Amino acid sequence: MLRRLEELSNLIGVSGDEGRVRRYIKAELANIDGLDMKTDAMGNLIVHKAGKGPKVMVAAHMDEVGMIVIGALDNGLIAYGQRGIDSRVVVSKRVLVGDEMIEGVIGAKAIHLQTAADRKTVLGHSELFVDIGAKDKDDALKYVKPGDRIGFATKFKRLGEKRVLGKALDDRVGCAILMQLLANDYECDFYGVFTVQEEVGLRGMYAAAYSVAPDVVIVLEGTTANDMPEVKNVGFVTKMSHGLAISFMDNATIVSPDMFKALTETANTAGIKWQPRQGTTGANDQGPAQRMRAGCKTGCISVPCRYIHSPASIADIDDIMGAYALADAFLKNKKFNEVL
Amino acid sequence: MDTTMIKNILGAYGPSGREDKAAETIKQYVAPYADEVYRDTMGNLIAHKRGTSGKKIMLSAHMDQIGFIVVAIDEKGFLRVARVGGVNPIIATAREVVFENGIKGVTYFENTAKHGVNEATFNELYIDIGCASREEAEKKVAIGDMAVYVTNYVELGERAACGAMDDRICCAIVAEAMKEMKSEHDVYAVFTVQEEVGCRGGSPAAYAIEPDLNISLDVTGVGDIPECSRMAVSLGCGPTVKVMDSSVIVPPVVRAFIEAAAEEDGIPYQREVLRAGGTDTGAIQRTRGGILSGCISVPTRYIHTPVETVDMKDVDNAVKLLCACLKRKELPRR
Repeated sequence: MLRRLEELSNLIGVSGDEGRVRRYIKAELANIDGLDMKTDAMGNLIVHKAGKGPKVMVAAHMDEVGMIVIGALDNGLIAYGQRGIDSRVVVSKRVLVGDEMIEGVIGAKAIHLQTAADRKTVLGHSELFVDIGAKDKDDALKYVKPGDRIGFATKFKRLGEKRVLGKALDDRVGCAILMQLLANDYECDFYGVFTVQEEVGLRGMYAAAYSVAPDVVIVLEGTTANDMPEVKNVGFVTKMSHGLAISFMDNATIVSPDMFKALTETANTAGIKWQPRQGTTGANDQGPAQRMRAGCKTGCISVPCRYIHSPASIADIDDIMGAYALADAFLKNKKFNEVL
Repeated sequence: MDTTMIKNILGAYGPSGREDKAAETIKQYVAPYADEVYRDTMGNLIAHKRGTSGKKIMLSAHMDQIGFIVVAIDEKGFLRVARVGGVNPIIATAREVVFENGIKGVTYFENTAKHGVNEATFNELYIDIGCASREEAEKKVAIGDMAVYVTNYVELGERAACGAMDDRICCAIVAEAMKEMKSEHDVYAVFTVQEEVGCRGGSPAAYAIEPDLNISLDVTGVGDIPECSRMAVSLGCGPTVKVMDSSVIVPPVVRAFIEAAAEEDGIPYQREVLRAGGTDTGAIQRTRGGILSGCISVPTRYIHTPVETVDMKDVDNAVKLLCACLKRKELPRR
């Protein structure tokens, strides 16, 4: 699973351009028997492992936050648009642009040229540009074109014994876990769904949940671990290395009490370390799934990740393995029957 | 309308996503007048009265109320909370609240040395349930539990003030209409869930029912209190026929249908344009291939506070207006 997480993290798949991630997942799953794979019109990869019992969908999103080329300036710099990225985290970061993975950097005025006022001002995305080394506009447009996606050039690394560093851990951790689950057999009609465009408004799941029409949905996510020294009370949402997180509510979904109970009981019975996701901000693919057609039951298992939506996030291997173990135990013990 | 029923429905616990107790209470009042009563996957309570015309009318009023959800319990036993729906942190300070299991608490805010209540934010709000430690508090309340304002029904002449008028007063109106109505159509009275967190319950119910017409019932704002934003709606001048809110533009054919019913029976009504705020009307309108959807509202002062105030004449007239709509043979058509 860690090999796949590394390979998935290194792939660039900004919302709406998830093809590289989808192709990788399809190739990896190709040698598992009994999987029917199809890609829908949105680009969601829907993997069906037919079985008897309720329709259970486990979902993870393939897309990551990133940027998109909107044009080139006369001096060859690239202007970009984005969603979900704090402009403070992109300055001086190396990026890759378009299908050809053109290397570039997001530059800003050097410190010795800045005024005292400059140093107190946060640059916005409209004041930042990608520099690919082009000498002018025409030169730049030979290499990149408007609409090309821009991803961070971060390479995945193991940190110490128990932690990993990489970009897009939100939600490649979910993708890696779901791929592993698809190798197992469960007593249900199982759908593994790798969704698109989650980061720009949970868009892929609308189509996937409509066509699959599941009875139960479990979303696998990478969520924020804001466990910094100055954060007190509930501001941390989750804490790194304190186990996977189980959601009770976020901005898109109120998890039904029976689902929260089924997940927490499963974790307690199996001795899997877990924590409640102690915040109600953020949103994920549970939302559209819960209210599609006549509605279904949804739950969410998350891996705490520090610094999500940035060029480099960090997660704990035990938390990742715990999230896999909980999803596996929930399916193996047919806990989905307890919410129907 | 029976005041005991109104008080019972208003007093039932039921924030968004935790509507079981409210559903149980409402069920008692509608079951005698329905052919079947059931709850769907989302938790919507549905009372179905069969008709003979082959047409289906859905009525929808939301059961859920705004509230608080516990996200952490600190070492001194204070409960840290997030909002469930449109709770204002300043109005939410120094209130009495209650959990589903009956545990009571009071609210206050931290940083009192730094600023007054006027600057309180939700992150600073907490619930004090009288415990001195986390261990003691965890015996009474768990993370993920929700609290609501304690309701206190205040009679003000022909008017009344209480928490949860939004939208339990309309649940009571629909329950009363189920008792009083005569209709040749199939009538589905749907008491929806999770309206306050983004109109989430109504659409799945409408998907399953596939009605020919939906009439939602909800509270709406007023323009008759001192120095408020302009709105041509006043307490006591009749229920309103919605023209538009943030979630919906009501099709003129549906508005005309409701207004014709009011005029035929001589029921006073007002037209309503609600500038801020959405209702299930919109989510239901855009379910499946589209559903004709309108809304009758009860003018309400001080919405989303524990003193939501309505005029009982408007409430009684809303029941009459709903019954007048349900008895009509011809339903609106595009």
